[in-house]
Amino acid sequence: MNGFAGKAAIAGIGATEFSKESGRSEWRLACECVLAALDDAQISVDEVDGFALFTMETNPEIAVARALGIPELTFFSRIPHGGGGACAPVQQAALAVASGVADVVVVYRAFNERSGHRFGSGPPPFAYAHNTDQEYRNWINPYGLLTPAAQEALLARRYMHKYGATSADFGAVSVLSRKYAANNPKAWYYQRPITLDDHQASPLIADPLRLLDCCQESDGGQALVIVSTERARDLPHSPAVITGAAQGVGPQQISMSSYYRDEIEVMPEVELVARQLWDQSGIGPEDIDAAILYDAFTPMLLLQLEEYGFCKRGEAKDFIADGNLELDGLLPVNTHGGQLGEAYVHGVNGIAEGVRLIRGTSVNQPGKQIDNVLVTGGSPVPHSALVLSVER
Amino acid sequence: MNDPTTGAQVRRSSVPPLIVTQDNAFWFEGVRQGKLLIQRCGDCGALRQPPGPVCPDCRSFHWDTIESSRRGTLHSYTVVHRPQDSAFTYPLAVGLLDLDEGTRIVADIGGTDPAELTIGMAMEVVFTEHAHGEVLPRLRPVSPTFQEGRTP
Repeated sequence: MNGFAGKAAIAGIGATEFSKESGRSEWRLACECVLAALDDAQISVDEVDGFALFTMETNPEIAVARALGIPELTFFSRIPHGGGGACAPVQQAALAVASGVADVVVVYRAFNERSGHRFGSGPPPFAYAHNTDQEYRNWINPYGLLTPAAQEALLARRYMHKYGATSADFGAVSVLSRKYAANNPKAWYYQRPITLDDHQASPLIADPLRLLDCCQESDGGQALVIVSTERARDLPHSPAVITGAAQGVGPQQISMSSYYRDEIEVMPEVELVARQLWDQSGIGPEDIDAAILYDAFTPMLLLQLEEYGFCKRGEAKDFIADGNLELDGLLPVNTHGGQLGEAYVHGVNGIAEGVRLIRGTSVNQPGKQIDNVLVTGGSPVPHSALVLSVER
Repeated sequence: MNDPTTGAQVRRSSVPPLIVTQDNAFWFEGVRQGKLLIQRCGDCGALRQPPGPVCPDCRSFHWDTIESSRRGTLHSYTVVHRPQDSAFTYPLAVGLLDLDEGTRIVADIGGTDPAELTIGMAMEVVFTEHAHGEVLPRLRPVSPTFQEGRTP
């Protein structure tokens, strides 16, 4: 391992319930999940001295620090690009802890994304700002590509055309996620598995994407506590050591619409993150025992399997059909049910599942020893991911 | 919101207004005049779309434009069913066109049954009013009467 890799760990995880209508403010959800994560880590609230968040987080760190009576913060940082950046606040936290800028950094994401503004409903409130950040919308929104599903469908269509993947191949991801969710009491779709027929009968959203290819919209909050690996060793849970944590922007990157590259169905920013993770952690895809792959839409799970090197390009459908993502397979994936089955908390609930896999406490814990878990952020946007490991 | 004269409920489009800047105004002005312009680097000649202030190949800030033939082939497409915005009729086909000049543009597709769309099919660019009355490109299958350089 090199650099900061291995020097920090996730020592606490905590969440609210995941629902479609929390009945509480987003601010309160944030406070609740932060307290739950600190309680899980057995670290006192007063010790928190850092926060790392999404830029899309509407509960600023100062509001949560004020509400919880956290007296001093020495580190606070925000990462853009929504779910693509999901793992990057953990990288920021690890960097801060490894360099001594802060000792206890909390990451959280809390929102009423179903009962409040729904991401699937159209452009978000900030889309109407007149600035360079939103200028890319000139080239997609006026023509009716208004949602992430519609924007991503162009890649999915091209991928199907190139490799012969079908809607049923995407549906296999949905069916597996709902199988895992059916066994997860925290999942919205607890005890509600689906069949491939259900997937194929679900309405088209943006062809080829069907309703059951799309993640949920959810209310809820999830927090993570990051401390030094040395400190984590003395806490109640086995540390989920951050052995890799990377961000990536690729050539000619545009948010959700990098349509001007030679191949739109290839994601160089994901490959860039993979390369960094293997370099930092000193391991490769063959050493990853389970993965949490960002599943806003099912096709991206196939593309990510390929970009991370678990199978060759175009072969993800066969890799899945061969049972490799099952609990007894080579690479159990999204064992909490993913954002398709558990809840959509912008990927941060997936990081918590990565921690549970390392602890051995997932409701769908694979039978084999889990030493290393890959957790990824969303695509096709600027990307981020983590490798979490048992202490070596 | 309600229509001021009829009082009828009017659904407002969620399409954000265009963000016209000193970097891209030429393109929207071209479209208003029935021309599909492509930005060209004034030094190395590389074409770029969408427009930007500087050439990503040679970093030159000099540029001019060429006028596109408005023809190309469909690189990919989607047919949007939900959610529905008041500015469009659904199902709404939207395509990514490989222009013959080598750049790409996104536009909605008219003049054909979405079920007839295939990757690689020949398409042409026409100009129509969009969500807020602005004239913008639309794609349609190449018509037999297509004439190079003429504005439909």
